[in-house]
Amino acid sequence: MGIIVNRNTKVIVQGITGTQGRFHTKAMLEYGTKIVAGVTPGKGGTKIHGIPVYDTMAEAIEKHEEANASIIFVPAPFALDATLEAIESKMETIVIITEHIPIKDSIQIMHLAKENNTTIIGPNTPGIITPGECKLGIMPAHVFQQGMVGIISRSGTLTYEIANSLTQAQLGQSTCLGLGGDPIVGLNFIDVLEMFEKDPHTKAVALIGEIGGNLEELAAKYIQEVNYPKPVAAFIAGRTAPPGKRMGHAGAIVMGKAGTAQTKIEALKAAGVEIAEKPGDIAKILAQKLRT
Amino acid sequence: MKLFEYEAKRIFTNYGIPIPRGELATSPEEACRIASRLNFPIAIKAQVLVSGRGKAGGILFAKCPSEVKESAARILGMNIKGLKVESVWVEEKLPVKSELFFSITIDRVKKGYIALSSSVGGIDIEEIAEKTPEKLVKFPINPKYGFRSFHARQIASKIGYTGAKQTQLASIFQSLYSIIEDLDAELVEMNPLVETTTGEFIAADARIIIDDNALFRHPEYKKRLFEAKTSEFSREELKALEKGLAYVKLEGNIGIIGNGAGLVMATLDAVQHYGGQPANFLDVGGGASAERITAALEIVASDPKVNVIFINILGGITRCDEVAKGIINAKEKVGYDKPMVIRLVGTNEEEGKRVLSEAGIHVLESMEEAAEKAVQISQRGLP
Repeated sequence: MGIIVNRNTKVIVQGITGTQGRFHTKAMLEYGTKIVAGVTPGKGGTKIHGIPVYDTMAEAIEKHEEANASIIFVPAPFALDATLEAIESKMETIVIITEHIPIKDSIQIMHLAKENNTTIIGPNTPGIITPGECKLGIMPAHVFQQGMVGIISRSGTLTYEIANSLTQAQLGQSTCLGLGGDPIVGLNFIDVLEMFEKDPHTKAVALIGEIGGNLEELAAKYIQEVNYPKPVAAFIAGRTAPPGKRMGHAGAIVMGKAGTAQTKIEALKAAGVEIAEKPGDIAKILAQKLRT
Repeated sequence: MKLFEYEAKRIFTNYGIPIPRGELATSPEEACRIASRLNFPIAIKAQVLVSGRGKAGGILFAKCPSEVKESAARILGMNIKGLKVESVWVEEKLPVKSELFFSITIDRVKKGYIALSSSVGGIDIEEIAEKTPEKLVKFPINPKYGFRSFHARQIASKIGYTGAKQTQLASIFQSLYSIIEDLDAELVEMNPLVETTTGEFIAADARIIIDDNALFRHPEYKKRLFEAKTSEFSREELKALEKGLAYVKLEGNIGIIGNGAGLVMATLDAVQHYGGQPANFLDVGGGASAERITAALEIVASDPKVNVIFINILGGITRCDEVAKGIINAKEKVGYDKPMVIRLVGTNEEEGKRVLSEAGIHVLESMEEAAEKAVQISQRGLP
């Protein structure tokens, strides 16, 4: 079970012939992810690790009607095009691994995804994994284990860190989802908290945030308002980071006082979320909560 | 990428937004020559890429040519928040009736642009927004419609303008939206936008920040970003940037290299948790090649304060074998012989560890253990 991806997810890899696309297609296949096709313009007719490659998404879905998700590895200047192609091809879930996509392109992507009811994960995300069922991303498989903690994270590598400690504590993970490190991403903490609430396999949630923006503060408000029924523990990176360069007056005004590690930690604590001092403490906190 | 006021004002002019008459000067004499073509009083404004220059003495006013020369001489070469002033913008001082604020930026939550405006602009706008939020109009822009003329007029109306003045203001607001779209900006701002005693609207200050990720569509600015003399970055930061690394210099003695901003920040936090002081933040980003790791080590090792380097890599898109090769290359290339604490797990971990252990470098698996060890070495040297 878990959320968004599972053993029934049928995947198309966009940008499958590039170095990263090729490498991670192999890793995903080895994990058991059901990849049905790849797309790279100009490389149609070839095969990568036994997966047929097409020039366009239209051809790929014509031959593989069962495809319902895509993962994007194409370089930033072409990512807008690739994502719109996936949205138009009615993919239910699109994971955008690509980093450095211009904000203007992301705004367009998110707007069209909303109109078409498409779930976008990323950009600049490690992807999503439901351990034991489907890995739609670039995370190292061996740190994950099927289990009961849902992870929502803004950071890629920190997710692996915390997943690893949950695995070692025998708690495992239901699904781990990287929201993405860009200012504008498809899902926020609240969207995913709602999904984890409905998932019977998720018994607790780990929330991994970092400085900047106010998504953590909004999540805290949500947890408090709905009296979130499952235990939540959080780690916020950047407590000791020197104050960053601000985005002029407007950036400060939009965010109000939010954005520092301290405001996030205070908001989450006020909502009853326990805060981990170090990444490894998440597992200790949740182990205790789940055993009592 | 931040643009200078003079760059932003030139862009404003191209889009038909009125600005005070003025020109750029790099010497007091040049400032004087420019002033002779303008009407007094005159404003002399430091061109630096940080905010708060007014409070730092970077804006002066002159009533006669000798005052212009004197003011320009005082501002040129001045150090404002660590940046040297290389040029001044010399312009006519406006007869101010009122100061407005208008800005367009990114709203992360609504996933689009947002326009902000107020009839009480100026340097205290943040305080005004906090204490009297009703004086600030927040107007999210729906990507489906864009920012149309009627939207612009709605905002002008909300801040109290009617008739011809409303139309005039709306046209300026709309031009600002064209700029943010055309230039891939993440912020375009006029603070203040001055309403003069003669009833005109003129942008007295101009601020534009271009989205770094969109610079491939704007090569003319990308080029300027790397010109050391006009850059907002230090030499080391520039070197890092060219190699695709994110580097921020800090004050301590533990050099930090990691992959992923979140993990690097957590690494700094962990080092401080154990009582150590990080010398820097360095994120090699996703999928770093051996070359990038080598470059990262060179930059961190060039800091004379550093007496131990802590490398914290969790491989996903980054491959541990590439990282290991980069470390070996760097050791050979720069002859680096200070202690290193390496934590390496994830994709191709076994190969990475093999390469390093063959070179006699020990690799740890736990981040906390590694952080503690790095702190110990930084304080007492190798055990």
